[in-house]
Amino acid sequence: MTSTDLRILPRRAGATPAWPLVERNVVVYRRDWVIFVTGFLEPLLYLLSIGVGIEQLVGEFVLPDGRAVSYTEFVAPAMLAASAMNGALFDTTFGVFFKLRYQKVYDGVLATPLRPRDVAMGELAFALMRASLYAVAFVVVMAALGLVSSWWALLAAPAAVLIGFAFGGAGMALTTWMRSWQDFDFITLAILPMFLFSATFFPLERYPGAMQWVVQATPLYQGVVLCRGLSTGALGWDMCVAVAYLLALGSLGLVVASRRFGQLLLR
Amino acid sequence: MAPTATDRHGPPAAGRWRPLAGETLTPSGVPSATVAAVSGLTAATAGPEEPLVLARGLVKRFGDFEAVRGIDVEVRRGEAFGFLGPNGAGKTSTMRMIAAVSTVTGGTLRVLGMDPATDGPAIRGRLGVCPQDDTLDSELTVRENLLVYGRFFGLSRAECARRADELLGFVQLTDKVNARVEELSGGLKRRLTIARSLVNEPELLMLDEPTTGLDPQARHLVWDRLFRLKQRGTTLLLTTHYMDEAEQLCDRLVVIDDGVIVAEGSPATLIREHSTREVCELRFEVDDHEQVAAKVSDLAERVEVLPDRVLLYADNGEAVAQAVHERGLSPRGTLVRRSSLEDVFLRLTGRSLVE
Ligand SMILES: Nc1ncnc2c1ncn2[C@@H]1O[C@H](COP(=O)(O)OP(=O)(O)OP(=O)(O)O)[C@@H](O)[C@H]1O
Ligand SMILES: [Mg+2]
Repeated sequence: MTSTDLRILPRRAGATPAWPLVERNVVVYRRDWVIFVTGFLEPLLYLLSIGVGIEQLVGEFVLPDGRAVSYTEFVAPAMLAASAMNGALFDTTFGVFFKLRYQKVYDGVLATPLRPRDVAMGELAFALMRASLYAVAFVVVMAALGLVSSWWALLAAPAAVLIGFAFGGAGMALTTWMRSWQDFDFITLAILPMFLFSATFFPLERYPGAMQWVVQATPLYQGVVLCRGLSTGALGWDMCVAVAYLLALGSLGLVVASRRFGQLLLR
Repeated sequence: MAPTATDRHGPPAAGRWRPLAGETLTPSGVPSATVAAVSGLTAATAGPEEPLVLARGLVKRFGDFEAVRGIDVEVRRGEAFGFLGPNGAGKTSTMRMIAAVSTVTGGTLRVLGMDPATDGPAIRGRLGVCPQDDTLDSELTVRENLLVYGRFFGLSRAECARRADELLGFVQLTDKVNARVEELSGGLKRRLTIARSLVNEPELLMLDEPTTGLDPQARHLVWDRLFRLKQRGTTLLLTTHYMDEAEQLCDRLVVIDDGVIVAEGSPATLIREHSTREVCELRFEVDDHEQVAAKVSDLAERVEVLPDRVLLYADNGEAVAQAVHERGLSPRGTLVRRSSLEDVFLRLTGRSLVE
């Protein structure tokens, strides 16, 4: 692979050849707006059930800066991170697989000036647009419910988009190796434990020593660290690590997916 | 001496056709200067005299398997050029390399004066492609397919809309604009694919088996549209395994078999060079047409024996039919017809084109 193949960002913003693919997806989704709404409702319902029911059963949580917050305030940023993960994964895994293997959309697309990396970028950009909508809506709901305690929370929405970038890129790259719908069970198998055990519902310190390392290695944990720091205002250097981690994962996924699209479609 | 049926069924039939003395694989009438200029690989785009497609020793390998085995092709501006060959001949593999969606394994290839390996997007921007399997977007309506596709070529929304409406009229899909692609029949899908391939006003339109699977009426409509495009100056490059299609549409064609070109020229020239003017087809009530063939082989310039019939090649088919009857043979069916590209193919490869 030459260095030019690695150049994944367009030279001039607004002139990216990948944009028409985003438009194509918008045209399709205009008809299926229900899917859009359900993707947002799921984490919101989790949040409400916790706020209404579980909060009373659990005590308060003490943040790294010594402040105590309610359980819902503790869980809400994790739900934001998880919703960004799910939102981005839906389009970049199931969506991309369907278009790649069944619908053959990209065979048509690559007969135009678009290149494999434009396909990868277009799909990821669309997934992120959707993730952004969810993230903004979610942060607004969090604020309305009094679950944020800092102006830093404004940055929680972009942070959620970064989480979407990481998961979307990685998910799309893995999808290029999928041969059937059954293979997606592996993704589900990875996502569910990550959702439950990435310091989403209880803090990292509750895990035995070695397990803490495993948890910290997951991208969702890094996302949760980022969102929780911003929504509570309890900032820390580990958030910089999280940003670097998520950026690196997403970029790697994008490069790998671009390459794989080329191998699969331009044989 | 004209080759006989036995010639064709000997070892050469199983092997590949090689150019005989006096027959050459180099396209006739190509100034060698053009070839020299292009092999210098300096031109950025094809000038008016430079061929739109120039392939020299083009090879495509899939793993160990060689699908295209060193072919030379030259498509000139304004002509309709055909690849004629049976299933698996390597037509699609060649078309995909030319369309810059498949890497070239060996040889040189220039498309619109550019190298597909480095200028793929620029080449694709000026080609129209109608692939063998429809790649229409089934999540979009008929009109949306054109609107969205036009955007991939960087056209403005207004321009896409203008061209979409014009093209839908051109392929007579105006009453289906809002239909979903799944609702379309095979023939309608093909017409939509053709419309879509024209949305960027391509200089070179590539059609891989444009009418396979269509009923006669649908085929004629497609032929008519392609003919109009040709008259407007669009260069056509198409593949087919239908002889009548090649004869109808192509100014020049190559017969391709097993990854190599076995003949090249205009349909009329090919028929003249590789066949006689007429053919007399005889069908007998026998299992083995070989025996019958032996009794009549001296009546024709050349004899081909197929499982179900004997073909006698002669300039006067009626006279041959007459002579057969005079020998006391009574075929179940006799047909005298003009030679076609089918006969050329049979002659060159020893096999029928459509099994
Ligand atoms: N991606 C591929 N991988 C491996 N072999 C391939 C691939 N594509 C084509 N082939 C093989 O290359 C040969 C030529 O195929 P190609 O599709 O070019 O033939 P064709 O002339 O278009 O045939 P048809 O009339 O059936 O469309 C065939 O034997 C085919 O099996
Ligand atoms: Mg083919």
